[in-house]
Amino acid sequence: MKPQPFTVHRGIAAPLLTRNIDTDTIIPSRKIQRVSKQGLGDGLFAGWRYRAPDSREPDPEFILNRDGYRDASILLAGANFGCGSSREHAVWALGEFGIRAVLAPSFGSIFRNNCTLNGILAVALKDSTIRTLADWVQTDPRSNQLQIDLQNQVIEWKVGGTLAFEIEPAKRRLLLQGLDGIAVTLQRTSAIDEFEVADRAVRPWVYRLPEPPIAQPGNRPGNRGP
Amino acid sequence: MPETLFDKLWSLHRVAEVGQGECLLHLDRIFLHERTGSVALLSLERAGRRIRSPERVFCTMDHIVDTRPGRGDETQVPHGAHFIAATRDSARRAGIRLFDVNDPRQGIGHVIAAELGIVLPGMSVVCPDSHTCTLGALGALAWGIGSTEAEHALATGTLRVSRPRSMRVSFDGRVPAGVTPKDLIIHLISCFGSQAATGHAVEFAGPAIEAMPVEGRATLCNMAVEMGAFTGLVAPDERTVRYVRGREYAPTGALWEQAAEHWSALHSDSDALFDRELQIDCAAVAPSVTWGTNPEQAVPIGGRVPHPDSFADSHRASAAARALQYMDLAPGTPTDTIRVDAAFIGSCTNSRLSDLRAAAGYLKGRRIAPWIRALCVPGSSSVKRAAEAEGLDEVFRRAGFEWREAGCSLCFHAGGESFGGQRVISSTNRNFQGRQGPGARTHLGSPLTVAASACRGYICAAEPTE
Repeated sequence: MKPQPFTVHRGIAAPLLTRNIDTDTIIPSRKIQRVSKQGLGDGLFAGWRYRAPDSREPDPEFILNRDGYRDASILLAGANFGCGSSREHAVWALGEFGIRAVLAPSFGSIFRNNCTLNGILAVALKDSTIRTLADWVQTDPRSNQLQIDLQNQVIEWKVGGTLAFEIEPAKRRLLLQGLDGIAVTLQRTSAIDEFEVADRAVRPWVYRLPEPPIAQPGNRPGNRGP
Repeated sequence: MPETLFDKLWSLHRVAEVGQGECLLHLDRIFLHERTGSVALLSLERAGRRIRSPERVFCTMDHIVDTRPGRGDETQVPHGAHFIAATRDSARRAGIRLFDVNDPRQGIGHVIAAELGIVLPGMSVVCPDSHTCTLGALGALAWGIGSTEAEHALATGTLRVSRPRSMRVSFDGRVPAGVTPKDLIIHLISCFGSQAATGHAVEFAGPAIEAMPVEGRATLCNMAVEMGAFTGLVAPDERTVRYVRGREYAPTGALWEQAAEHWSALHSDSDALFDRELQIDCAAVAPSVTWGTNPEQAVPIGGRVPHPDSFADSHRASAAARALQYMDLAPGTPTDTIRVDAAFIGSCTNSRLSDLRAAAGYLKGRRIAPWIRALCVPGSSSVKRAAEAEGLDEVFRRAGFEWREAGCSLCFHAGGESFGGQRVISSTNRNFQGRQGPGARTHLGSPLTVAASACRGYICAAEPTE
């Protein structure tokens, strides 16, 4: 599936500067109730966002429930944001809520990959920079919006204030173009075939399994992708 | 040019450099489970795509499946049966091997992949689960991915990966009696932090690792991700080869000889350079326990819960303050005065036969404190059978533990069974807020520590028996 391309985004930024916010916190497992990528926005930060585990009554203290931040589309986060479980539901929940970018000193690696594959920009910035942006945003969140330009890798904040950021070229390309990674890799099928032929000679035990595969019509081993 | 073990594994699986710093890596095995694998299988199917090599894809029921005796598809997790049925149907249509609810080989993916010989030294394996790094204990290149990456893996048999940096953690010195691999890894994370290994493939090495059984190495590698690592690794050695030999999916005959010969080259060259090196003096490690809401927030048992002001870093200090509030603990509290409500032995970290033996060795002839609810959940159906053959189930039951079917169980709360509002001493890997239930307060420790604490009713280390 193709993610939504990310080129330039302008929006309200919400500071959530706690260190080590894990994906269990971003979406508790109890809020994942279907085999689906949808229907997860409601469970976003459920443990912090609502007054009680089974209620939908907003906790007024939580940043995304506060005046000015309800329509936030950017998170300013603490270090190691998205650590822990690989559950991509965390990213799907953020996306469904309307988050397009997360700026933090560092990220959980699997979370960061998941973001990129779903058109959400995760940018690593210095801790002091995050704090500066958070201080500025907090004075008037609705007016003090951030504009993130991925093409030119700059963030525009206060009048005349820009700051440059860097992101791995591969991630940038994927985000800018909203590429379908599978389709891109399938163009290299012949290289993969060649690798396996050579590898099979060196490591035959990897490919020869002791019991026959459970072959089903239409999906026999050796079938290649479309 | 001298190479690290990780360098060798990377080269072994490199299909092509695909530009912009990424490499296309070949995947020997793909593992799935009903929680995150189901959505990948379904999404792939809806996109009209096929699995490139279904004979090398395996799936288990571990996350949602009930662990109470006499289980079927029904679980206490809301819509849990739907995850199980959807996974079964997708797996059948895709023609992949499924270890279904009542298959004698069923169990936690990271446990059965090793015990069935599905993952072998030198192999590459991915699973949409962050604890896939557990399998690095065999000298496999094993890492956790998301569901979208899993779709890519299934469709192409490869993944695009930016090469991580390399790190070696040397465990030197003699490991004191009563100190387990779990204590070593908790100690390591508490020393260097939960981001110490972000972007790194971490090799665990040194005399303590060489002397450590494969199951202990699995505990270490399992929690490499809790320090941010891409993966954890231990070089395969004689212990590894002995562990793998004769397993259901392991090669036999001439193929075995060929494989073992190949594995003997899989170690870091003596003069190989790592991007970062850390050392742990094992002699200075004590049984440890977490006091906060991240694995880095840990101290030796008997030590005190720290004061937030004691952290020089302001972020660590504020994280500590928040954690103490959630954990309902006052700074300075001696850890061995913390009363617990529940005890849990299980999870991909500590649910193997050696873990159950360690706990049962302590529990024999003892009872848990009257107010404690205690569970023991074997990591696989095969571990369960082996434990029962030794009579360990009776030891657990007599001590007051529930004896369960294999699965992830209460390592995390998915809406069904819960430690909500309770304080738990747990052999699992994550003490995150709400991980084991709304308001649950998790203290991580070794199976031995869980057993001893369950008996005393307060956190404590087992008396060393040497």
